[in-house]
This record gives sequence, C-alpha cells and structure tokens, in this order.
Amino acid sequence: MIKFENVGLRYGLGPEVLSDLTFQIKPNSMQFLTGPSGAGKTSLLRLMLMSLRPTRGLVTVFGKDAASITPEQLPAIRRKIGVVFQDFRLLDHLTTYENVALPLRVRGSSESSYRSDVTDLLGWVGLGERMHVLPPVLSGGEKQRVAIARALIDQPDILLADEPTGNVDPPLARRLMRLFLELHRSGTAVILATHDLGLMDQFNARRLVLNQGRLQIYD
Amino acid sequence: MTKAPEKPTPVPKPDQQVGSQPRPIIEAENFAQPPKRKGRTKRLHSGSEIVPTETIAGQALMFVIAIMSFLACLTLGTVTIINQTAHDWQSDISREVTIQIRPFDNVEMDKAVREASKIALGFEGISKVIALNDDAAAKLLEPWLGTGLNIEELPVPKLLTVTIESDAKPDFEAMREALKVNVPGSSLDDHRAWVDRLNTMAWAMVMVGISIFSLVMAATILTVIFATRGAMDSNRNVVEVLHFVGADAGFISNEFQQHFLKLGLKGAASGGAAATLLFIALGLWSSASIGTPQADQIKALFGTFSLGLSGYIGIIIVLVLIAFLTALTTRITVHRYVNSLYSYNSGGK
Ligand SMILES: Nc1ncnc2c1ncn2[C@@H]1O[C@H](COP(=O)(O)OP(=O)(O)O)[C@@H](O)[C@H]1O
Ligand SMILES: [Mg+2]
Repeated sequence: MIKFENVGLRYGLGPEVLSDLTFQIKPNSMQFLTGPSGAGKTSLLRLMLMSLRPTRGLVTVFGKDAASITPEQLPAIRRKIGVVFQDFRLLDHLTTYENVALPLRVRGSSESSYRSDVTDLLGWVGLGERMHVLPPVLSGGEKQRVAIARALIDQPDILLADEPTGNVDPPLARRLMRLFLELHRSGTAVILATHDLGLMDQFNARRLVLNQGRLQIYD
Repeated sequence: MTKAPEKPTPVPKPDQQVGSQPRPIIEAENFAQPPKRKGRTKRLHSGSEIVPTETIAGQALMFVIAIMSFLACLTLGTVTIINQTAHDWQSDISREVTIQIRPFDNVEMDKAVREASKIALGFEGISKVIALNDDAAAKLLEPWLGTGLNIEELPVPKLLTVTIESDAKPDFEAMREALKVNVPGSSLDDHRAWVDRLNTMAWAMVMVGISIFSLVMAATILTVIFATRGAMDSNRNVVEVLHFVGADAGFISNEFQQHFLKLGLKGAASGGAAATLLFIALGLWSSASIGTPQADQIKALFGTFSLGLSGYIGIIIVLVLIAFLTALTTRITVHRYVNSLYSYNSGGK
C-alpha cells in the first residue's frame, strides 16, 4: 500500500533527518512507529501523507509513484488515508460534531446520510455529551478523541496517527488503542507513531523504530 | 473516564457504509455511554460556514466593489447619453442641407435663388426648399450689424434650406455639380464636415469611456484577487485541514466563492443603485430647470439626462458582470492557491 525505497529527507540545507528508508506498509497491517522525540516520526508520517516530498528515494502510495501524482488526483488518494495530527488540527469555529463530519461533508454526502454514524462514533469515543461544543472548550484528551473520530469516520484504508495517545491518561490510552485495533481488524492498515513504550508492550504488533535517521523493523 | 459505570452495550454496526461489509468500529464496552439528558436541545451545528466569514475583510471589500460599480455605471451612463445625443444631433443635421448663393456682380439674386431651388427640387428625396427671406436674414445678422438695415443694399449671401425626406439619400455630389454649373456663386453645404467631426468626437468619448470602464473593472478584479488571497492566508489552517480530509479544489473554492459572490452582489447592487439615483436626480433637475440658460446649455450639449431603457438595462448587465467577475476571480484565485498547496512538488517546507 505504501512503499519506501531508499528514501532520504532533509529540511532545507540541514542534516538528513531520515536516511535510506526502505520498507512497506501492507494492507490491513498494524504497526507502531517509534523512536525518541525528534527522531523523525512526524516527518515520516508526512512523507506517507505526501505533504512532504523526499529529498531522494522513491515513495509509492497505492501503487502510484508519489512524485507523479497530480494535484487533481491527490484528493481522491487523501480520502483513503485517515490522519490524526499530533496537534489535532481541529477547526475551532465548528462544533465537535461538525469537525468529525467534515470528511463526509467534503465528499458531498448529505447530512441525513451520516448524522447517525457521526453521533454513534462520538458516543463510542466517549464524547456523546460534547458533540455540540466548540474545540476551544475541550480538554487536550477530548480534542485528541475528536481528531481520532474525524480520521476514522470514513473508514480509511490507511490510518496515520501521530502520538494519538499523547494527551490522555493510561486507561483512556488503552481504550483508544482498542479502537485502533478494532479498526485494524475491520480492514484498515494502521500506523501509530508513539514513544510510549509501556503502551506498545501491551500490544503485540510490528514495530518500526527510528533512531538517528535510520529505521529498524521488528516484525 | 469516570463519568458512568461501564456497561456492555451491543456492538453498533453502521449499516450504510460505502464498500463491502459494514465494519464495526469499536467494541462498545470500551466506552461508557453517559446517560442521556432529557429536555435539553443542544444544537449540533455551530451555524458557521466551513470558511469562517468573520475572518474575511468583507465590509471593506464590499465598499470597494460598491465604489467601483458606481464608477462603472456612471461611465456607462455617460457614454450612453453622449452616444445618444451625438446620434440625435447627427440625424437632425443630416435631415437638412444648405445652399448658399454669394452675390455675383452680374447675377440677379432672385433669379439665382429660383434656379437653385428648381435644381434642388429636381433631385429625388427632397421634400422642400425654403429661401431665407430678407427679414429673416436681417434678424440673423442683427447681433452683428444692428437693427434698421436694408439688407438688399448689402452683399449678403442668400441661404436656402433644403429639407430632405427622412431616410432618403439624395445624390449631393450631382446636386453640387449641377448648382455649380447653373448658378454661379452657389455652393452646397451638406454639413458633412460637421457630422464627421461630431462622429469623431462621439467616438473618442466612447473610447475614453470604454478605457475608464476597463480600468475600473481591472481595479475591481485586482482588489478581489488581493482580498481572496488575504482571506486564503488568514484561513490557511482551514484550507489545509480541508485538504487533508480530502476536499478537492472545487469544494474549497465553492466555500469561498459563495461568500465573495454575496459580497459582490451586495456591493454591486448598492453602487448601481447610487448611480441610478444620481441619473434620475439629474434627469429631474434638468427637466425642472428647463428654460434657465444653464439648463438650455446643458441640454444642448447632453440632450436630456434621461438614460433610457437601454441605459438602465446596461447598468443591470454591468452589475451582474461585476458580481460574476468577483465570484469567478475568487474561484480562479482559490484554485491556484489550492493547487499550489496540493502540489506535491512544492518541496519540503
Ligand atoms: N518544518 C521543519 N523544518 C525544519 N526542521 C524540521 C521541521 N520539522 C521537523 N524538523 C526537524 O526534523 C527532526 C525530526 O522532527 P520530527 O519529525 O517532528 O520528529 P518526531 O515527530 O519524531 O518528534 C527534528 O530535528 C526537527 O527539528
Ligand atoms: Mg512528532
């Protein structure tokens, strides 16, 4: 689904943040992406999301060379990828409900077709009572769950989640992990960036470990 | 989550999912559903549009569009009036030609006048020939020569006014030739030089009007481009989020375009209304002050200030054009911006 071949990345003229990455994300797979803070996890996710272009190497997404994808083709590909940003990126002027419904709205679905899906999902992530509030009122953990719900709502083929349990206490983190596992079980390839070793130890999954720009894979 | 005791609930299955089978998203036991509160209706909707309109410099832009529309309509109206007046003049002038007979030593004026009218009337399309009699000529010359003159004693040329049937096009060249041969000292003035000059002037005014109009339009478009870019920059976060959740350029530009179309329509309507009121006021003023020297002078120059139906239709077309151009400009600007954002080739940033 996503294939990296000898990919390297540097920001501007700086040192290489990622070097010589070669790996593959298979359909319906589950993996952690880990490494110390500053190791390049976010950068790697951005490469997979095609919001960043590698300095060298080949990125293939859904069988297409990422460099050859035109602006017109990009939205259709984006729709198959759900993202949870480290900083959530919620729209502050829209309610929780509207934020989660946004991916469906931009696909042109009518509200009546998704309303119950959105309210159900919000209930499942424990935000049933917070649907009508604006994000600035939410706590960090609540925002995080809104961001997760928004990434899941259209059941993407790939889920990229950047530190999705970074702002919640361990019990809630475990609950969210179950959510991701469930998503994985239902057919989505999940990539979770985290530096929470304790959490990873509780779940058995493939690990991609970044250190000093290099990637080690533990299947 | 300490809100409510966890209780197992059945696994929810969203049933109308795209794709093959419904995919349960989560084991519901993981999350406690807080008890539903009754009797309180909370709105799921913020009432905001996806692109928050407060962040767009709407007032200022609408004002600029209103001013531009006002100027465009003013230009259009003025050009219409000038064009109409020039046209009126021209048809008045070309319905008459003048034959002038200068006194010659050995020519009897009365006979010459008769001869000339006979020749003129012999042509097709001439309805009548009137010789200016001596009294009328004296009256015409009064401001220069004073009263009490015996005009017959002066070598004043005789004037014959030749009226042409409407729509007829008599052969003036042949008439001129015939007069030259048969009536010495005569000349035919078909006012061609005047008409030509008038045409040139009217044409020049129309050109000036079109230039001003184009400049106003260009300024409007540039203003809208800047405003759109500003709106995009201050909503960059929104645009990026939309783009990450899969919105295409068309969706995003629709969001902006709707808003700008509204602004454009409002601005254009108020500018156009102001221009229309101005023309109506001028028209009322010029008809109220008929008879005063200023009004006569203005009337001579501009005809009446009435725009006429075509003028008002023109104004409406201009307004629709401005609103449409505003929306179109927004669309193109947003498309460019979004495509540059989508462009994977723009490099790491
Ligand atoms: N936009 C950027 N411009 C320049 N350097 C960046 C940028 N984003 C990240 N970096 C650098 O790249 C390295 C990896 O960052 P990041 O991918 O955010 O790591 P992580 O997510 O693992 O903490 C860091 O040294 C960081 O300073
Ligand atoms: Mg990071």
